Amino acid sequence: MRVLHYWRATIGIVGRELLRFLHQRERFVSALVRPLVWLFVFAAGFRAALGIAIAPPYETYILYEVYITPGLLGMILLFNGMQSSLSMVYDREMGSMRMLMVCPLPRWFLLCSKLIAGTAVGVLQSYAFLGIAWLYDIQAPLMGYVWILPALVLAGMMLGALGLLLSSFIKHLENFAGVMNFVIFPLFFMSTALYPLWKIKESSEVLYTLAQYNPFSQAVELIRFALYEQFNQQALLFTGAAFLLFMGAAIMGYNPSKGMMVKKGGGGD
Amino acid sequence: MTEIALAVENLSFAYGAKKALDALSFNVQSGECTILLGPNGAGKSTLFSLITRLYDARAGRIELCGFDLKKQSLQALARLGVVFQQTTLDPDLSVTQNLRYHAALHGIGRKAADKRIQEELERLAMFERRGEKVRQLNGGHKRRVEIARALLHKPSLLLLDEPTVGLDMPSRQAIVSHVHDLVKQQNLAVLWATHLIDEIAADDSLIVLHKGQVKASGKLSEILQTTGWADPGQVFQKLTQGPQA
Repeated sequence: MRVLHYWRATIGIVGRELLRFLHQRERFVSALVRPLVWLFVFAAGFRAALGIAIAPPYETYILYEVYITPGLLGMILLFNGMQSSLSMVYDREMGSMRMLMVCPLPRWFLLCSKLIAGTAVGVLQSYAFLGIAWLYDIQAPLMGYVWILPALVLAGMMLGALGLLLSSFIKHLENFAGVMNFVIFPLFFMSTALYPLWKIKESSEVLYTLAQYNPFSQAVELIRFALYEQFNQQALLFTGAAFLLFMGAAIMGYNPSKGMMVKKGGGGD
Repeated sequence: MTEIALAVENLSFAYGAKKALDALSFNVQSGECTILLGPNGAGKSTLFSLITRLYDARAGRIELCGFDLKKQSLQALARLGVVFQQTTLDPDLSVTQNLRYHAALHGIGRKAADKRIQEELERLAMFERRGEKVRQLNGGHKRRVEIARALLHKPSLLLLDEPTVGLDMPSRQAIVSHVHDLVKQQNLAVLWATHLIDEIAADDSLIVLHKGQVKASGKLSEILQTTGWADPGQVFQKLTQGPQA
């Protein structure tokens, strides 16, 4: 009976998130426009400036657009994770988070369900982007589009868990601007999304080390290898470990006795 | 049959050094509407946050229908229906979609959920509007939907945190009357936080909360008899603004 309750709740939470996503068409469009601008404008402009050497998983010289496609998939998942985090803070401010927290299910389960729901949306966005990229002649092997699914799910879960963790710290929506400056930009620009590690090493050893241990880099590499039907064990282990770490901390953050919200205090009367 | 739906014992809570609740003790019986009366800052919302386990109480104990909220939180929360002060419906979803979501969180299957949704919405004269987006409803109708949602899983205790704030008089009266009918017909226990004196009925129980402490509790008629004060308005005024405050 308990299993059925959990199952129905998960379906309810995921279904609600997908319904909200379908109702907010502008969210879907803007989630796609961002990486497409990078692909069509940024990558086209930098094609000549940045040469890409042959490095795994690629077996030949590639265009810069091909190189940054996995990075842009990572960008979609990163922004989706932060969007989920933003919507958690918004829901908390608007009060709808309370209804979720008051239902007779453990907090860890509710957070995991929210995470699954957010990841499902991110994966849908990623496949829509891959479809447009295909039409733009950025085509991976056909089976790569199947291989990439578990990589997108794990990367989405890891970045979503980071979003959940951040939402447990952020009390007001206004504080969210800091996430852009202190989380999204450093994670994205200090990663292998735009430039390969060897290229970063040429310019700065410190940046190279940071990019190497950046969980976003590992998630992007996991996606990159999967898209070309290859398995990157280090990226998988690193992304998985980062997911467990972020999720564990997020669950602690939402714990009613130890959570950050209690320490920060409530308002009201 | 009268049972204790909610038992609060020696409950204290502080935000850092600021004490919000100080050794609160009271019971809420089934088949009774208990009004939690207190001015802004009295600790009503903190108390509700503790009863709904948004926060854990560090001192004291809360029992819901015999279940310890800290140790048996899932069993306890399953028996609780809540209407918060702020609307907590999703404005982009329809009335039915909002209610189905709540039913899913309580493990109610689709068929049973749809039946319960129809029953509750019909009772609140909202069934015809089930397909409308919540965004299109006025404040009074949103409140009715929230009450229907809180009752969907047949709770034993209904918590209402100032549910009529900002509503016009007919909407307020409709909600007050509906909740009192539920108490009589379904033996429901209700804890209703408000600072609007005219929402109190003669046979209600009353808890006056001020600066995190219970200043008076019991049947309204008994409090009036004991104190000699004329009406709940005077009780509120004397206990929150007078020398006893």
